[in-house]
Amino acid sequence: MDNAIKLHYNVDGEDFTLAGTTSATVKKYLKTLGLPPDVIRRTAIAMYEAEINMVIHADGGVIDVEITPEKIHIVLKDRGPGIPDVEKAMQEGYSTASNEIRELGFGAGMGLPNIKTCSDEMKVDTVIGEGTTMDLVINIK
Amino acid sequence: MKVSDIKEKLNLTCAAGEGGLDRELEGCYIGDLMSLAMTGVHEDMVWITIQTNINVTAVASLADAACVVIADRAVPDEATVKKANELELPLLTTEMTAYETAKALAALGI
Ligand SMILES: Nc1ncnc2c1ncn2[C@@H]1O[C@H](COP(=O)(O)OP(=O)(O)O)[C@@H](O)[C@H]1O
Ligand SMILES: [Mg+2]
Repeated sequence: MDNAIKLHYNVDGEDFTLAGTTSATVKKYLKTLGLPPDVIRRTAIAMYEAEINMVIHADGGVIDVEITPEKIHIVLKDRGPGIPDVEKAMQEGYSTASNEIRELGFGAGMGLPNIKTCSDEMKVDTVIGEGTTMDLVINIK
Repeated sequence: MKVSDIKEKLNLTCAAGEGGLDRELEGCYIGDLMSLAMTGVHEDMVWITIQTNINVTAVASLADAACVVIADRAVPDEATVKKANELELPLLTTEMTAYETAKALAALGI
């Protein structure tokens, strides 16, 4: 689509203190576009959870966001370890996060369920030892 | 009610983000898990937590919290303070527990 807005970001997997920066930038941008608050909120939650997962579980990656009048399309690609059992990972409360990460308030095992609730389409492509690509769509109308 | 009002009435210490003290607030969420706070905190709410790491500012700002009350004598990290100042997100600390803080907020009608 020619009137699509395209944004590209690198997510640093080393610096935990920066996690969420990309989501914050995109949220701010969506606000300037005047999109409905519900769309902005769902995008912010889904993207934040996916971005955090990239940092905690996969050592960073890249995020592409495409915005059209109809929808927000987010593709998050990492070169992490992959997810052995996606169905299990999608269950509320399932987490492989370390104790160190849990002490910071992560590892509730609610990230993937939150992403599912907040997005209209969610696709997870994962290959063990190669990485995970998450494809999310949030409809605007 | 404004953030500055609860700061005064509950005798909270503003550790960062003074620029946001004038903001109106409504409602409250209590919790220390980021994924739950992300969905539980809504626009203009007070978020009570004992987390002190910088991810608190990310979640609070993404969820559009009016302020964060850090309960139980916890002290925000230096990086958290810096980020909260940048975001003008008030971080209010207190010796009260989360429960005592929530009771005091409820007594104010929040
Ligand atoms: N990008 C990813 N790469 C590898 N594993 C992942 C990724 N995202 C999620 N996972 C796995 O799925 C589990 C569940 O994820 P999530 O629901 O976000 O919970 P949490 O992040 O709190 O552990 C994680 O603990 C991890 O094992
Ligand atoms: Mg997660």
